[in-house]
Amino acid sequence: MTELLVGTKKGLFVLEGEGDEFAVTARQFAGEPVEYAMRDPHSGRYFAAMISPFYGPKLFFADDPRGEWHQAAGLALPEEGDASLERLWTLVADDDGTLYAGGDPGVLFSSRDGGESWALNRALWEHPTRPQWQPGGGGLCLHSIVPTPGTPGRLALGISAVGIWLTDDAGETWRHGNQGIRPRYLPDDAPKDTITLCIHNLKRAPKQPDRLFMQFHGGVYRSDDGAESWTYIGDGLPSDFGFPLVVDPADPDSAYVIPLKADMDRVTPEGHVRVYETRDAGASWEPRGDGLPAEHAYLTILRQAFDATGEGEGLELYFGATSGDVFGSPDAGGSWFPAAVRLPPVYSVRVA
Amino acid sequence: MTGALVRLRGPLKQLAGGGEHELAGATVKELLQTLEQAKPQLDGWILDERDRIRRHINVFVNGERGDENTPVADGDRIDVLPAISGGSA
Repeated sequence: MTELLVGTKKGLFVLEGEGDEFAVTARQFAGEPVEYAMRDPHSGRYFAAMISPFYGPKLFFADDPRGEWHQAAGLALPEEGDASLERLWTLVADDDGTLYAGGDPGVLFSSRDGGESWALNRALWEHPTRPQWQPGGGGLCLHSIVPTPGTPGRLALGISAVGIWLTDDAGETWRHGNQGIRPRYLPDDAPKDTITLCIHNLKRAPKQPDRLFMQFHGGVYRSDDGAESWTYIGDGLPSDFGFPLVVDPADPDSAYVIPLKADMDRVTPEGHVRVYETRDAGASWEPRGDGLPAEHAYLTILRQAFDATGEGEGLELYFGATSGDVFGSPDAGGSWFPAAVRLPPVYSVRVA
Repeated sequence: MTGALVRLRGPLKQLAGGGEHELAGATVKELLQTLEQAKPQLDGWILDERDRIRRHINVFVNGERGDENTPVADGDRIDVLPAISGGSA
């Protein structure tokens, strides 16, 4: 049985299923946007980031997603400042049980009590480059937090549009990891050390932790040195623009992306929904679309709306679109089926 | 009546455990801060971390639109409502 947590514009949906048969088994936060929901693999606790346009971003947790949810504390910016927390983009568990949350304006929080209370990472908040930080179209969003298996506290972050950030000491100090990234949206003579870099997604290969894949705002990249430097691997894709990204935990040479046509036309290219897979670290890409809409299907798949569980031939893939459709593949992308249709616009999909 | 009457609706009413709260304070901000102290579960829902009324919440004092700094007096009615500007399809 696979359980999916689907964050939508109008609440959290829980889907349960096996093979190609899925059903909606719960809806929570009715009417409220749920930007992201996940289950902590250590505690089994569920989390949902509700992004109310009226009441601001709130994080809730529950032991049963169908039961009572409780609000977490501490997800706020310093009272003496001139900024407020605008949005929560992601939550991630590190190996030592620490939870991290990323949000707008480019902020990182951590929790060491299972997500009940949170503290702002001051080193990133007070970083001397912060006055130069520029937001992307979705705001100044810290959307990707990538721990290192076996090395708690060694994190890579992706912030739009402030590049890759690295720490080896659980966020006490930070450095850039931007070498090799070429932003086409800046002039050719822009400084080589610019940090105005619109990272869209970031994932690490668990079995080879120094290998990461990154979806950029125009470009797909691979790093073989722990996100210090990057090599372009977007050749062979119909478009190197997009947001979602997953990897097969069994294969460090694997990655899956869902290209969108272009930054000015953020829909699946040629009205054809296809996931693209590499098994050679980006040297080549193969379309995986059997069972996905192939004609007049102009879908938009958002950053957090693609996830996987299992590995190898048993890798299950799931993604949702702003059309309200959720698709699944039980065989590593070989075939696809609709897991849900006509939900509200899908913001995130995570396997519980 | 001693103090002003703060009236809440919807999820704010649920969080506060009631829709009407008689509170003392010289301004809207003071009233809302007092309300948050009495009902900590409301912390961050009306005022943000800068103690500003959230962008898509409207506050009315005796039927007239107010802000954090609007003076209030005993017997005033303060309605806290979601703004129509915050909703979209």
